[in-house]
Amino acid sequence: MGKITYREAVRAGLREALQSNPRVFLMGEDVGKYGGTYACSKGFLDEFGPERIRDTPLSESTFVGAGIGAALGGMRPIVEVMTVNFSLLALDQIVNNAATIRHMSGGQFSIPLVVRMATGAGRQVAAQHSHSLEGWYAHIPGITVLAPATVTDARGMLLAALQEPDPVFIFEHAYLYPLEGELDESALPVDLTQAAVRRAGTNISLITFGGSLWKALEAADQLFHEGISAEVVDLRILRPLDISTVLASVRKTHRAVVIDEGWRTGSFAAEVSAQIMEVAFYDLDGPVARICSVEVPIPYPKHLEDAALPQPEKIVQAVHSLMGR
Amino acid sequence: MAEFVMPTLGSDMTEGTLVEWKKKLGDRVVKGDIIAEVDTEKAAIEIESFHTGVIEQLLAKPGERIPVGTVMAIIREVGTQATPAIQAPASPPPLQKVSPKEPVSPPPPPPPPMTAAVTEPGRLRISPAARKLASELGVDPAFVQGTGPGGAITLDDIQRSANARGERHEAGGQQPSAPLTTGPTPLASAGEGGDRQARMRQTIAAAMARSKREIPHYYLSTTIDMGRAMTWLKEENIKRPVTDRLLYGVLLIKAVALALRQVPELNALWKENAAIQSPAIHVGVAVSLRQGGLIAPAIHDTDKRSLGDLMSSFQDVVKRARAGTLRSSELSDPTITVTSLGEQGVETVFGVIYPPQVALVGFGKVVERPWVIEGQVVSRPVVTASLSADHRVTDGHRGGVFLSAIDRLLQEPGQL
Repeated sequence: MGKITYREAVRAGLREALQSNPRVFLMGEDVGKYGGTYACSKGFLDEFGPERIRDTPLSESTFVGAGIGAALGGMRPIVEVMTVNFSLLALDQIVNNAATIRHMSGGQFSIPLVVRMATGAGRQVAAQHSHSLEGWYAHIPGITVLAPATVTDARGMLLAALQEPDPVFIFEHAYLYPLEGELDESALPVDLTQAAVRRAGTNISLITFGGSLWKALEAADQLFHEGISAEVVDLRILRPLDISTVLASVRKTHRAVVIDEGWRTGSFAAEVSAQIMEVAFYDLDGPVARICSVEVPIPYPKHLEDAALPQPEKIVQAVHSLMGR
Repeated sequence: MAEFVMPTLGSDMTEGTLVEWKKKLGDRVVKGDIIAEVDTEKAAIEIESFHTGVIEQLLAKPGERIPVGTVMAIIREVGTQATPAIQAPASPPPLQKVSPKEPVSPPPPPPPPMTAAVTEPGRLRISPAARKLASELGVDPAFVQGTGPGGAITLDDIQRSANARGERHEAGGQQPSAPLTTGPTPLASAGEGGDRQARMRQTIAAAMARSKREIPHYYLSTTIDMGRAMTWLKEENIKRPVTDRLLYGVLLIKAVALALRQVPELNALWKENAAIQSPAIHVGVAVSLRQGGLIAPAIHDTDKRSLGDLMSSFQDVVKRARAGTLRSSELSDPTITVTSLGEQGVETVFGVIYPPQVALVGFGKVVERPWVIEGQVVSRPVVTASLSADHRVTDGHRGGVFLSAIDRLLQEPGQL
């Protein structure tokens, strides 16, 4: 298949879903006439028609609620929310309805809903479009939270999500859309149970997900030239978390840095770090380190935005510090 | 309510074995009373209470190995209410660790420095994995130099130490360190002579290796005319009953103590990258033990004691050092060490500083030498005084001032 962009991978996944299952439809702000804020559904309105590619009013609560209703009614809706910042308007629908109905109906009803949204910073779109709140969603039982970082996962996870009987939230890091990657057909269909070791190593584990994966891989490259062999673990699935892959890595390397674009306090990195400490304490040869975003609204100016986010240099520094260098 | 904790009795001590309680539950203790006897790597030590009150709880049992800093007993200070008994926790290990109090409402956290060096004094900075491996391999981490963040002992350090031990063993060299045992250990095995000696050697090895690794030593020496001092001593001793006679070594110790008043920078302890001057002058006197090894207990407030008092204190600590009944404060308090190797005919000592002290003074043998006084060559008794000092703390100039102060003081022995 060769190289495609992350955006093309998402689009390929969506098209495949729409083609293969007549009950699948796409709904969200600007997904139709405009072709999607990130152009993931460009041309779909002509190809699939207004019944299946539906532009919605600017009301997240309304259209996520409509998605829940459609899922209850037997459809397979894919709802696109423009960014995770805007999804907060739909939290009531998500937390109180989507995540609870199976439980509250004693298993009689389920919500086979897929919600996609962009997350993350790095594009100078300021604080109201740049936050990384997927860690919050990972707190909620009753939903699955995915963070595809590769083109293969961007395409494959959507298809796997559509097989799930319960709500699945897919967080696409907006920085990744224009990036190219090699589509690995052999990895399709992707499984939604396991984290992935993206680079094998022996001295330290860099544990991350989403947009930060590429920063971790870049840091691992630098470290390699210094003679430090870093293993990079892509969590991929934030809920349910595959901690066993993480633990296997830490038991091998005895050191861990968790990289998470969310803010440090109460971050997903904090959860991963706590689980490592709970289970693998006696395998650790140093404290678990975290590289998270600085605790400020993500700034607009480029130099400040860069300074606020995890960067390969910060990861390398943390590794040096852990290795006593 | 006060906690009585296992004190650190030397920079490399990590734990001690409780031999016996010298007080019972409900006994009244006054600050300075001997409350327990503890066996360390070096010697059996009597531990004093730092509080006055009533023993409310005894948390440790004789025979237990107890990490430094662990609460061993609770003393209710006079005038305070009795407290509800702390649940004696099930053994092993039935002890609580002293921990700093949590702030009630923590401020919003700035990203913490990743490797803040906030280890309590006396607590070993070692990773959990390294501790586990050390236990499996029988390596005592107290003797391992850490290379991890903030000097923490890592897996590699333990492995290296175990490998080095293996090589030494194969080469038929030194005995390996005693296997690390966990939990209460019967005292009998810890008290055996050979074992004790091997452990003392290791303790000295660790302290001296650390000293030479971390302390940039500089050395100065001067030859001091002891003519007046020896003459004065002879006359003084005639006046004294035989049992109270003074040795010239006491003059040297006193002169060092008084010279430290003039150069207080040398009377200091190096802690966390800074020298902290000690307001009190406690000279540690190096005592070699008959079975090998040495120990340098403090003679407290050396500068304030009369020569007679100093003499009897000196004899007392030497006797008790050799009998293994030193007090905890005598081991932990020295602010400088004085060593004299004159008995062996040594003329000059090039000493290794005992951390965290920052200086050591050595004296050689008092010998008759040709000496020039006012153009005339005469025979005089002289001694070589040498200073080993930490260059992080003082420079040669101050060291020279200190040595010449000792010299001046010894020229007026009657003032000592």
